[in-house]
Amino acid sequence: MSGTHQATYLGMPAFPAAADASTRNTQLRANLRHATHTIRAKRATAVAELDDWSPLRAAGAAIKDRTLRHLDHYLEQLESAVTAAGGHVHWAADADEANRIVTELVQATGEREVVKVKSMATQEIGLNGALATAGITAYETDLAELIVQLGDDLPSHILVPAIHRNRGEIRDIFAEKMAEWGRPAPEGLTDAPADLAEAARLHLREKFLNAKVGISGANFMVAETGTLVVVESEGNGRMCLTLPETLISVVGIEKVVPTFQDLEVFLQLLPRSSTAERMNPYTSTWTGTTDADGPRTFHLVLLDNGRTDTLADTVGRQALRCIRCSACLNVCPVYERAGGHAYGSAYPGPIGAILTPQLRGIQSELDASLPYASSLCGACYEVCPVAIDIPEVLVHLRERVVEGGPVSIRGTRTVIKPAKGHAAERAAMRAARWALDHPRVLRTGQRLASRTRRFHPRRLPGPGRAWSDTRELPKVPEESFRDWWQRTRGESGTEGRKTT
Amino acid sequence: MRVALFITCVNDTLYPHTGQAVVTLLERLGVEVGFPEGQSCCGQPQFNTGYRHETEPLVRRYAAAFRDYDYVVAPSGSCAAMVRDNYPRIGAKAAAEGRGQELADAAAEAVPKTYELTEFLTDVLKVTDVGAYYPHTVTYHPTCHGLRMLGLGDRPRSLLAAVQGLNLVELPGADECCGFGGTFAVKNAAVSAAMGADKARNITATGAEAVCTVDNSCQMHIGGTLARQGSTVRPVHIAEILASTEGNVW
Repeated sequence: MSGTHQATYLGMPAFPAAADASTRNTQLRANLRHATHTIRAKRATAVAELDDWSPLRAAGAAIKDRTLRHLDHYLEQLESAVTAAGGHVHWAADADEANRIVTELVQATGEREVVKVKSMATQEIGLNGALATAGITAYETDLAELIVQLGDDLPSHILVPAIHRNRGEIRDIFAEKMAEWGRPAPEGLTDAPADLAEAARLHLREKFLNAKVGISGANFMVAETGTLVVVESEGNGRMCLTLPETLISVVGIEKVVPTFQDLEVFLQLLPRSSTAERMNPYTSTWTGTTDADGPRTFHLVLLDNGRTDTLADTVGRQALRCIRCSACLNVCPVYERAGGHAYGSAYPGPIGAILTPQLRGIQSELDASLPYASSLCGACYEVCPVAIDIPEVLVHLRERVVEGGPVSIRGTRTVIKPAKGHAAERAAMRAARWALDHPRVLRTGQRLASRTRRFHPRRLPGPGRAWSDTRELPKVPEESFRDWWQRTRGESGTEGRKTT
Repeated sequence: MRVALFITCVNDTLYPHTGQAVVTLLERLGVEVGFPEGQSCCGQPQFNTGYRHETEPLVRRYAAAFRDYDYVVAPSGSCAAMVRDNYPRIGAKAAAEGRGQELADAAAEAVPKTYELTEFLTDVLKVTDVGAYYPHTVTYHPTCHGLRMLGLGDRPRSLLAAVQGLNLVELPGADECCGFGGTFAVKNAAVSAAMGADKARNITATGAEAVCTVDNSCQMHIGGTLARQGSTVRPVHIAEILASTEGNVW
């Protein structure tokens, strides 16, 4: 078994460079195109079945907004309810603290192996790597996460982490790597989906039956009852949540909802948006512990890791409404071409492009490039079941990148400087604004362009090359509209006349 | 009814033909069109790249330039959406930064009278048959800002469907972005080019002679990609089709 099998996002290139490489990968492009278009069409059908989708979506957004406005209250209520039900609540300010808490909790059990339900929060903090450093092996039990783990790979999609792999690749990974991690793949494994599923089932069953510690995330936490909810499709989650003696759940603080009845809204919005199913196959809920059934010990680790800072931003906070359905990834034309790895984060796609730079800040070149990983086409906003205006937040974060400004860093209000590397662009934008705010200057420029039109190059130098490498340039006309109007409509040019 | 043409900087500089078509079309429909010279760019390139403060003088300029008009008509879904969606945001943020209500007032003045061309035709003039003649097979690409920010819906298609001689063919994957996205086309050139290539391939597959949109900025990207691929499909702005008549096909 490879020691530190947790691959890392650290040191990844900025989005444009990573995407430049991935868009050239024709196999990846084909895999992604097929998968996203299939689920996109199914989602549209599933959503169209409900004639109250629009009010449901508004209700989802409203519940989340209200909860976020009073997050302190609901988290304290949750803590009390979980504790009253026999659970233990831990607060983690950042990834390091969360990893330390979980590692110590596992070490206290004396176990060296844990089984995991697929969890975005533990992916975000790099828990598997932290556990590996402490000599603890974490087994991913979600089929796609298993593929990613065996392949020493990174997830590239929120819902379908191995979306970038096809059946043939998965067969090869199973055949080569399963033995290192436990039960080997059967001899002569084919790439038929049923065979691959059976190989995973046999491999995982051993893990479930031997595990003493389970680690999960949660899709929702109910403040009034202290109930946690996991929504999954394979049943692996339910095995991890019920068979081990100790259950540790690592959950972002924004996942709380006030009441059990609020689930009524989200359990309609989530499955239709994510897997295009009317109802989710396995919805598991648990509240603390009982003597007769399930884990005897339950720990809830509440993760901040930049969420309070995100909450402090009145425009950007809407990203915290996200219920991780991944509809925005499936509809995004940029994600479809670039793939999930290019985003360099556990959260790829449009939601990642606004969530990651808020959770991690924009200090790194990669994080500063993420708000630009969008053509602002708005398809993500249109499909979002909790109506996150992703384009609005993207532009808001672009402003933070180029102009700096007030932000909250670990709870402290501060003013950050613009990110590096935008000086030339800023100068160009200022010059353009000056010209555009002086129409005579604009007209002089247009006339100059018209007069020199015969000498314009077919290929542009500098940043413009990115345009002319793949597209013809438009020809500058002999006369601008302004000049045409003045020539044909009189001297003042301020009023038109009827030509009848 | 005092109507002004907001030509937009892209059309003004690179596609004056489109502006001439708008003037011809509106005048044919009995509208007196004004062109205030104080107009400039809507500020979208700056705003969408993150330079909100660079946009503010252009918001003021827009409001001032069109102050005397009841309606402002732009042959661009993207620029109309910039005014309608983002000017109020720019105004609200300036107020929140303690710089007064001036920009919010400018936005409040500009927003209700700003119309994209096809909206103006169907919603204000209440016409769908503009008396146009265009004997070509055309496919229609709904540009993202027209489609999603303005919610143009079937307006452009209904106008095209009423054009004599025009054969409208559906575009596969019509609602997918062409990949232009303003500065996105340069900042993320590889992804932009990949999106453009897919769009161009879908357009060519329709067998249409021309691809029509309500935005010349998207057309610049789509047309440039088609031309580089050696395709003969022509990009045509919807105004140019609607301005065409039996005696004068644009």
